[in-house]
Amino acid sequence: MAYSVTTQTPASRIAALLGAILIIVLLVLPFFAGRGTIQDMFFILTMLVLAQFWNLLAGYGGLVSIGQQAFVGMGAYALFGAVILWGLDPVPSILLAGVAALIIAVPTAFFAFRLNGAYFAIGTWVIAEVVRLLVAQWKTLGGGTGTSLPRDATRDMWFVEVIENTLGVRSAAARDILAYWLALTLALATIGGIYWLLRTRRGLALAAVRDNTEAAKSVGVDAGRMKWIVFLTSAFGTGLAGGLIYMQKARISPDAAFSVTDWTAYVIFIVVIGGIGTIEGPIIGVLVFFALQSLLADFGSWYLMTLGVLAIIIMLVAPRGLWGLLSERTGLHLFPIRRRLSGGKLNLSKE
Amino acid sequence: MIWIDTIIQGILLGGLYALFASGLSLVFGIMRLVNLAHGDLIVMGAYLILVLVSLLGLSPFIAVFIAMPAMFGVGWVLQRYLLNRTLGDDILPPLLVTFGLSIALQNALLEGFSADSQRLPTNALTTASVDVGPITLGVMPLLTFASAVLVIVGLNQLFYRTELGRAFRATSDDATTASLMGIKPANIFATATGIALVIVTIAALYLGLRANFDPNIGPARLIYAFEAVIIGGLGSLWGTLLGGIIIGVAQTLGAAINPEWQILAGHIAFLIVLLVRPRGLFPRAND
Repeated sequence: MAYSVTTQTPASRIAALLGAILIIVLLVLPFFAGRGTIQDMFFILTMLVLAQFWNLLAGYGGLVSIGQQAFVGMGAYALFGAVILWGLDPVPSILLAGVAALIIAVPTAFFAFRLNGAYFAIGTWVIAEVVRLLVAQWKTLGGGTGTSLPRDATRDMWFVEVIENTLGVRSAAARDILAYWLALTLALATIGGIYWLLRTRRGLALAAVRDNTEAAKSVGVDAGRMKWIVFLTSAFGTGLAGGLIYMQKARISPDAAFSVTDWTAYVIFIVVIGGIGTIEGPIIGVLVFFALQSLLADFGSWYLMTLGVLAIIIMLVAPRGLWGLLSERTGLHLFPIRRRLSGGKLNLSKE
Repeated sequence: MIWIDTIIQGILLGGLYALFASGLSLVFGIMRLVNLAHGDLIVMGAYLILVLVSLLGLSPFIAVFIAMPAMFGVGWVLQRYLLNRTLGDDILPPLLVTFGLSIALQNALLEGFSADSQRLPTNALTTASVDVGPITLGVMPLLTFASAVLVIVGLNQLFYRTELGRAFRATSDDATTASLMGIKPANIFATATGIALVIVTIAALYLGLRANFDPNIGPARLIYAFEAVIIGGLGSLWGTLLGGIIIGVAQTLGAAINPEWQILAGHIAFLIVLLVRPRGLFPRAND
């Protein structure tokens, strides 16, 4: 009798079905939701993308980066550069944003990989600062004060006219809907891509490196190469998200685009609160984060203080986050990556 | 001549960065803990001195001696009851907890003291200068540098001449074996962080006397401290002083060429050292 290796569980099949329904609802959301909801959803989806990539780095790759704002900012500036200097359409320029982030990720990794563990974290931060200071010298893109996307570029953006006519909305709302659909696509591609990566041989190697680098090396995993793959992948994805976020904002400045609070601290809190090292964690985390922000945003610094304290408490009491607590109790995995053996001779023990 | 002057100012500025860095270096050396809230603790120290100065009408130089034991207590409690619980093989908990602490502290200071920039009151001493040949040196930068040297001499004496220092070194090498010899690593770690915060308070005094500060400048101080530690090589306090000097000189030279390049020049000096000597100029520890 042949044996088979599966990762699916009954729960994951139900989750996949519910997920498919959810995706359809999200896709048609602009047909019945207001502009405020669409903007909120855009924020949630883009933060989710950033969180998934930081989680890939820290939770699976063991690379705690505090310099993700380098890739957000670089992606955003690449998009602005492509639109303003080369006259490209903002939508395809998002791809250039990813490529630009990928390009600066190579020297970043080259320097930061020379630092071990905790020092890697501050190393990435220093490099992000260097990129911010260099970009602030770029006078054609506004230098330290920043710049805006030209109005005709945003008005004539791809698909905007189609959305205007189909949904019968104004141009500004159509741009938000376009940004929302792009963010949804990016978020789904990110979750799908990371889930796929973790289920491949590479993903297995990655988990092995995370759990025990030396043991992983001894069975032939090239740990250094895995780190590069993870770092570059997450830089590319973070750059795409950065480009998209600033395409929607249409206004950029170095301090905002390279903000450590907005693009790294929030993202770390989302992942830590939701549950590091799982795909479900960032999804839960971003929802909790959004709820907290809606409740506490008026309190300014109290809000950030609460997030900081909450992250400390979660790290001490439940280091696997909210999702970790839930899945420990129930054994639930919506995105199972654990391989389970069924059938074959191993079942002989029953006889 | 102006270049020599610039370089000397840079060396003296390096003393301040070495003060920022010594506490970070001490804590890392003993428990392999990178405290991402280090910069914010420096800023907190500056506010503590400011409060003492304005409430009790003391001179900052007296107030710092009241702030030091208080900060020692803060460090002891912080390490004993919070950070000790994060130590282990996994690097995530200490990093994420200290990062959370950094954000929480920064915003607590923002809530308590607003975003307005503050400065410790200066007197005749802080603005005085002395002429050494053709070069004029400020008394404050000289005092800062001298304090940095004193702190490093003091720490080296503590490490190699005292029983506590022996316990530090033993715990750093192997906490389990040290605990067999009657040392309580948890308390040793707490004491080490306490001492680190005493140095932080000294750094805070000079930070507040030399320039304006506000709740948001902590992370940048952490970065300068970190660069000084890495340039010097982990585990070497004199290396840390040299690292601080290199950052300081690079910054003043950068600023002399173009004021916008000051911070950037410091970072670039750091990256060059990282490129040429990844383990720093005087590496001692193996991690």
